[in-house]
Amino acid sequence: MTLSEALAASGARAVMRRATGRLFLAVCATATAAGIVALGVLLLTVASDGLGRLSWEFIDSYPSRFADRAGIKSALMGTIWVMAFTALFAIPVGIGAAIYLEEFAPRNWLTKVIETNINNLAGVPSIIYGLLGLALFVRAMELGRSVLAGGLTLALLVLPIIIVAAREGLRAVPPSIREAALGLGATRWQTVRFQVLPPAMPAMMTGIVLSLSRAIGETAPLIVMGALTFVAFVPTGPESAFTVLPIQIYNWISRPQTEFHATAAAGILVLLAVLLTMNALAVGLRMYFERTRKW
Amino acid sequence: MSETAFAGGRAAARGRRRTLRRVREAPIYVLLWACAALSIFTTFGIVAVLFEETANFLGEVSPVEFLTGTEWTPLFTDRHFGVLPLLNATLLMAAVAMLFAVPMGLLAAIFLSEYAHPRLRAVVKPVLEILAGIPTVVYGYFALQFISPEIVRTAFGQNTPIFNALSASLAMAIMVLPLVSSLSEDALRAVPQSLREGAYGLGATKFEVATRVVFPGALSGIIAAVILAGSRAVGETMIVTIAAGNQPNLSWNPLEGMQAMSAYIVQVSLGDTPRGTIEYSTIFAVGLLLFLMTLILNIGAQVLLSRFREEYE
Repeated sequence: MTLSEALAASGARAVMRRATGRLFLAVCATATAAGIVALGVLLLTVASDGLGRLSWEFIDSYPSRFADRAGIKSALMGTIWVMAFTALFAIPVGIGAAIYLEEFAPRNWLTKVIETNINNLAGVPSIIYGLLGLALFVRAMELGRSVLAGGLTLALLVLPIIIVAAREGLRAVPPSIREAALGLGATRWQTVRFQVLPPAMPAMMTGIVLSLSRAIGETAPLIVMGALTFVAFVPTGPESAFTVLPIQIYNWISRPQTEFHATAAAGILVLLAVLLTMNALAVGLRMYFERTRKW
Repeated sequence: MSETAFAGGRAAARGRRRTLRRVREAPIYVLLWACAALSIFTTFGIVAVLFEETANFLGEVSPVEFLTGTEWTPLFTDRHFGVLPLLNATLLMAAVAMLFAVPMGLLAAIFLSEYAHPRLRAVVKPVLEILAGIPTVVYGYFALQFISPEIVRTAFGQNTPIFNALSASLAMAIMVLPLVSSLSEDALRAVPQSLREGAYGLGATKFEVATRVVFPGALSGIIAAVILAGSRAVGETMIVTIAAGNQPNLSWNPLEGMQAMSAYIVQVSLGDTPRGTIEYSTIFAVGLLLFLMTLILNIGAQVLLSRFREEYE
């Protein structure tokens, strides 16, 4: 092979290698775009099916045997009731666990077991929490198929996610603040209570709001726990029976009459609007946090 | 009183105050510890509840029949308790979902980590992650109302049953896609920049750097991401309940309807099954099997992730 032939061969190889690279980039970009397209198609399908049914009457009516009269009031109120109990229980316990693990936990085997365990709980399928709620809250503690039992079931479900989110908020506070407080003679609890928690709070709440918005969309655990699927009243207290938005939507989807599918799509739009509100709240908190941060 | 005695008294008072403060704070520490330890009780609760009812179940049905039987008809008069049709459906649907989600997710991760401008990534990554935040009941609706009639029936003929495993799998693939892409992207970006620069210095193209240096370097993190996504697909409930039909069916054909383990649990829960009946304990036995499957996957992923962290720290 002469020199010029060799140069031509290596030039051809370089062209090939560059072409492979461009092809690969195109494939990668297509795969990424496909995910976004799927999201777009999903939202468009739901919107085009459901927008026609969406009205104030839909939000302010109880479910009905007739698709055009069915509304989502009892499910929306049920979701609010259940989430209130979930938040009431999961937020303090989640923050407490996060403070312990992040600020006080000694580095020993017990801490390690707790941390591994929390990671594992985050991966347990949500339907298993429904079985736990059914056997523990509904039967053993005799709370019945109530708002309280539902709230506690979802609280156990989101607790691992809340703990992780709250720990991240605490970790964002620089260690120098703790050292300064301890140096001035504060106890470890005083340091956490008065110096670490206040600045960490907005970031922690951002994560917590996002974790709670996950619980709003959960259907399976509450069905398994025994929430009702047809409820024509608004819950009146912790012992009240209830249904929630995703269960009501599932109920409409699973009906054979096609008119109910538009009702289901309208229900999905309400559910997505609730989630969007929660996310906007989280973003707002984060912006507030970034504006008021002092370091 | 002399100066030194006075100072000594003050120091003692300070010491007492400090002890008092510590004693008063002790309950706070106990309370915080209890919050963290509650997670252990949750795990104990799950295991105890599942094992107790499963023991009742295995008192009436032999474990051999449960694990190797090919017929699942606990709600009929002619009862059979072979879990294989449910297990097969769960694994088949998760596998088909992963068949789509893994290549797409990995390609998207490589695009975001190696090719995309930081500003593009800052937009695209959160948009993809929206997919992970959409409730599964919405994916169920999408699978039944769009994927099944518009995609599956268009591709495989109008005779395909409207409730089929493939539609559920495709919806599940969209759901776990951001899980694969986000976690793998984190792993790819954790590969040190110096490795990329070294490869460029040796004359490698961007494609060669991405596929032969960065990708292998991030492999354990990527495998962990895939396992976690698989575990999510195995435990997924509403999509398979809504879109896959609810007939136990031992088949390898994803165009048929079938019932996953989680879908069976939902089906029984929707009816009013009194406690103490064998139907009631079947949902716990199936639940225990599901729990153990996801537990093994999650532990595997965590072992891989901790090894991955050690590699570059």
